Amino acid sequence: MSINATLIGQMITFALLVWFTMKFVWPPLYQSLEERKKRIADGLAAAEKGQEEMELAEKRAINVLKEAKEQSADIVNLAQKRANEIVEESKDAAKKEGERLLVAAQAQIDQELQQVKESLRKEVSSLALNAAEQILSAEIDQAKHQEILNKVSNQIG
Amino acid sequence: MATEAHAAEGATGYIVHHLTPLSVGEGFWTLHLDTLFFSAVLGGLFIWFFKMAAERATSDVPGLVQNFAEMMIEFVDSQVKDSFHGKSELIAPLALTIFCWVFLFNFMDLFPVDLLPMIGSMMGIEYLRVVPSTDLNATFAMSISVFFLIIFYSIKVKGPWGFAKELMFQPFGPWLLPFNLLLKLVEELAKPISLALRLFGNLYAGELIFILIALLPWAIQPALSFPWAIFHILIITLQAFIFMVLTIVYLSMAHEDH
Repeated sequence: MSINATLIGQMITFALLVWFTMKFVWPPLYQSLEERKKRIADGLAAAEKGQEEMELAEKRAINVLKEAKEQSADIVNLAQKRANEIVEESKDAAKKEGERLLVAAQAQIDQELQQVKESLRKEVSSLALNAAEQILSAEIDQAKHQEILNKVSNQIG
Repeated sequence: MATEAHAAEGATGYIVHHLTPLSVGEGFWTLHLDTLFFSAVLGGLFIWFFKMAAERATSDVPGLVQNFAEMMIEFVDSQVKDSFHGKSELIAPLALTIFCWVFLFNFMDLFPVDLLPMIGSMMGIEYLRVVPSTDLNATFAMSISVFFLIIFYSIKVKGPWGFAKELMFQPFGPWLLPFNLLLKLVEELAKPISLALRLFGNLYAGELIFILIALLPWAIQPALSFPWAIFHILIITLQAFIFMVLTIVYLSMAHEDH
């Protein structure tokens, strides 16, 4: 159980092993570990970011949906109002048209009445004249009666 | 088995035979061939496995080899980060090497005590001690290397004068200089000695108990060697872990300026 030259041999072996580990073993393995750590961290960060973005998008979607609903409600209201207006307007227009038609008809009636009256008057006067002429031709002074007849005919008109 | 071969020498002969290294040379220039061979093979195994993992390392989904290597790397790295707050290229790979190498040393203990020596004796090798950490040379080689690193980093970080000041003036101030120096020298020297002897002692004792169990009648052996082997799985890992952590702690102490 003595210390001897084996010690030196062992120390050389040990030194070689340590040197080799330091040079060729530790750095690549450690580096791959670090790289993987970084990749995992990156992945997790990306996932978190994605989650956040999704939440944001969801919120935005909800907002957009709400806005759209409001807008559509507005549009419906407006259309309703507009329809009411149109109905009112058409009612008014119809009423006015009716009135106008009524007035026109009245005017035509009046005009036709006037014409009928005129023609009647002319007919009556010529009839009367004719009758009177026949009477008077049988009797009295033509001129005097003519005057009276004119007066009467004017009274009719 | 080997017990019969050494029946003439009895139980003591069997034990001594198992604890005698295969050596060449005389005096100090003796080389324990078995220690050198097994530690080199185990070091090669460690290097081969981790080099393979390092070559295949990707930041994509890791394979089985890479997964295991990364587990070790993270384990060692977290230990280093816990106790060492400076920045060093050396300390983490050093800790990994120590942990794996010592673990593999100790793992040799779990082979049946007679298996490898028997194969050796078939090949004409008379003595074979398979667990390198039962050789003081192996444990001291590591602890003395660590000790050199402690000295090197102490001087590098604190400067020669700063290190000398720490040796002379702490912990009791300049008026007790000789006492401080003595205390500090003992403290520094205790580090490699305790590192080496702790590992050696544990594994030597563990191996001895395996040998003693092997001396018992064969029917009793499993009842004892099985629990002891299970317990030893804990011991060998723990010893490798302790060696690594203490190395990190000592080196981080060397980096700290008081």
